[in-house]
Amino acid sequence: MTRWVHSGTGESGLDVPVDTNGNGNGGEGPYPENEGALPIHTKQIGLWAFLATATMLFAGFSSAYIARRAGADWQPIRMPPILWFNTVILIASSVTMEIARRQLKRWATEALQRWLLITAGLGLVFLIGQYIAWRQLQAQGIYLPTNPHSSFFYLLTAVHALHLFGGLVALIVVFLRARRGVYTPYHPGVGLAATYWHFVDIVWIYLFGLLFYLG
Amino acid sequence: MAQHNHHTEPQSFIRKYVFSMDHKVIAKQYYITAIFMAIVAGLLAMLIRIQLAWPQLGQTWLAKLLPAGFDLQTGLMKPEFYPMLFTMHGTLMVFFVLSTAPVSGFGNFLIPLQIGARDMAFPFLNMLSYWTFFIGCIVILSSFFVEGGAAAAGWTAYPPLSALREAIPGSGLGQTLWIIGMVFFIASFTMGGLNFVTTVLNLRTRGMSMMRLPLTTWALFCVAILGLLSFPALTAGAIMLLFDRHLGTSFFLPQGLYIGGHVVEIQQGLTTQGGSPLLWQHLFWFLGHPEVYILMLPAMGITSDIITVFSRKPIFSYKSMVYAIWAISVLSFLVWGHHMFVSGMSPYLGMAFATFTLLIAVPSAIKVFNWLTTLWRARIRFTTPMLFALGIVSLFISGGLSGLWLGQPPIDIQMHDTYFVVGHFHLIMAGAALFGVFAGTYYWFPKMFGRMMNETLGKIHFWLTFITYYSTFFPMYYLGMGGMMRRIYDPTQYDFLKPLQPLNVWISISAFVLGAAQFIFLFNFFWSMFRGKKADRNPWRANTLEWTTESPAPHGNWDGPVPAVYRGPYEYSVPGAPDDHIPQHLEPEKVGVEVHA
Repeated sequence: MTRWVHSGTGESGLDVPVDTNGNGNGGEGPYPENEGALPIHTKQIGLWAFLATATMLFAGFSSAYIARRAGADWQPIRMPPILWFNTVILIASSVTMEIARRQLKRWATEALQRWLLITAGLGLVFLIGQYIAWRQLQAQGIYLPTNPHSSFFYLLTAVHALHLFGGLVALIVVFLRARRGVYTPYHPGVGLAATYWHFVDIVWIYLFGLLFYLG
Repeated sequence: MAQHNHHTEPQSFIRKYVFSMDHKVIAKQYYITAIFMAIVAGLLAMLIRIQLAWPQLGQTWLAKLLPAGFDLQTGLMKPEFYPMLFTMHGTLMVFFVLSTAPVSGFGNFLIPLQIGARDMAFPFLNMLSYWTFFIGCIVILSSFFVEGGAAAAGWTAYPPLSALREAIPGSGLGQTLWIIGMVFFIASFTMGGLNFVTTVLNLRTRGMSMMRLPLTTWALFCVAILGLLSFPALTAGAIMLLFDRHLGTSFFLPQGLYIGGHVVEIQQGLTTQGGSPLLWQHLFWFLGHPEVYILMLPAMGITSDIITVFSRKPIFSYKSMVYAIWAISVLSFLVWGHHMFVSGMSPYLGMAFATFTLLIAVPSAIKVFNWLTTLWRARIRFTTPMLFALGIVSLFISGGLSGLWLGQPPIDIQMHDTYFVVGHFHLIMAGAALFGVFAGTYYWFPKMFGRMMNETLGKIHFWLTFITYYSTFFPMYYLGMGGMMRRIYDPTQYDFLKPLQPLNVWISISAFVLGAAQFIFLFNFFWSMFRGKKADRNPWRANTLEWTTESPAPHGNWDGPVPAVYRGPYEYSVPGAPDDHIPQHLEPEKVGVEVHA
């Protein structure tokens, strides 16, 4: 299997795609010889492109929120206090995810699995917490159509929860693959899951601020 | 390497042709599906033209064919059927034909071949993308067969028509299916976009720097970015619209709507005073305007590639072509408000949108002048793909200039929602994209199917299409200036429109010829697939990498190693060179002349 590295065909270094990381970029796809025009893993580029489009989705909702907020009938709902707990849990899960990722860097595959499970568990606690927040609001008689702010609250938390659920599924897949011993420090899988997990974490912090602390 | 390819090629029929992960098979699946959708959408347009030319003439034969849309006794079209026709014609054409064929069709086919990759970065995602699109097609077509009929709120789906289920017949299940079909389409287009961006960034072959990419690939790369960043706004809007329709929210539904003889009451006990239909318009057009460049940029890239090959000259100023694509892409995000000048907006905001709109004319004009200067004093070969490419340049000018009119609020307030707008976007967006598909098909057909399309039929197809395209859509400018409304069901109901009625008859006849001429293309396409003259590797003597492999390209694209690249894609008629073109992959020592590229 040919994999090309430094070759002197271009005028400048930029002209010549170079397989700089030398290990991760090949190996997986059916045609590894092409991969690696940039020194970033192909899947990592794909993930960043996905995060860009997901960011635009939340930007779309945000702009609608900010525009609707200017209406005369805007009455913010009281924040269910459990959201603070949920936020702390989610931030903690980002920390444990980062620990997991670093365990892999030093080949500690047992610890990797442990920390992945802890992260997934915290993610699950967050989802349950969000559900409890919904139930608490419903107990106060605040439903989806009640007022514009409640509509946005349910909508944004639901869309975020769906994204987080996707991350949870990814974490479980990564965990199962880790148990099968798939991952080496050069394998991108854990890093991809971590990037996505941090993304849903940051989106939540942003939404939390937007919904309850904007202005 | 040859061995390696044959090992990975799936052998079963299902894996090879149905659930294929080969980018070329997926491209053809997209392309053929788009042709089918084009036939449906084209027939809808024919029904529209029958109605506009002879609104009072009963069409009993049509009533028998389409009992849902016509009165069986009189043979007249039902008024509620007409908005379904233009809604579905627009939706199918914009998304399921003219976004799909050039971007998902040619994009999937060309990107790996032009950059020297063996496939897309994520072949499985690519397959998933097609089948998601396929479900979207079925969902949106099925809306014709549900109670109340297909969506009828226009391709822009403005609320309250689209948000209130009881508004008009098409606002029922048909509109829900429209939204769901669009969500499938967006999901599919997003998967494709991720693949395009990643593939172009990371799977280029040795020596293929970004500034050596063929302009078609450049355009498709920018289109993928546009899609990834603009479609989510429509996704957000579509989700909110579904909530409004089915979960009782009022994101877009204003208070005090008067429909069907009574005021629509907002549910008791809510503290909302109703939502804003304008919000939808902003979200829709934040997608909607980049979307027209998603249609047009591939055509512009294809034009650049074809014009150079058949002029045997380098493209005039490759760099400015690339920068123009970027400028158009960036500016396309800043002009959505020009679709909303009459919706009520601060004049200062309107001025900003008008300024950005006029600014887009600058990169667009750069592209036109670069094409013209490429053609200047060239020994032009008038092949069918070249004729269609020249057609794009022509349509781009005659359709684009009226965009400068419409971009001015004072003129737009007069012209808004008239046939002037219909003429404008059919000439530029629809026309350029459609001609781009034709040009690309005639040009890359040998690489797709290993055979040439028939040139004589191709030229007849071109001239019929070109002439009738103009005679159909150019007179619409006059209709619009005469005040004919965009979504009108029966122009003869208005005294001031009666003098324009002969023009409507003319347009309809011309549209029928235009529609009929496409069957020449369809015949040529399918006939040539099996009976066309066998094509060699490089029938047009072009420089780009897709012409270095066999026709049709095998699984894995190259039987041997992937070629490396030594220069830009447009080295034609280099002074002193033994041949009039120097392919990108030719080793410098074999060129026979010093090339600075």
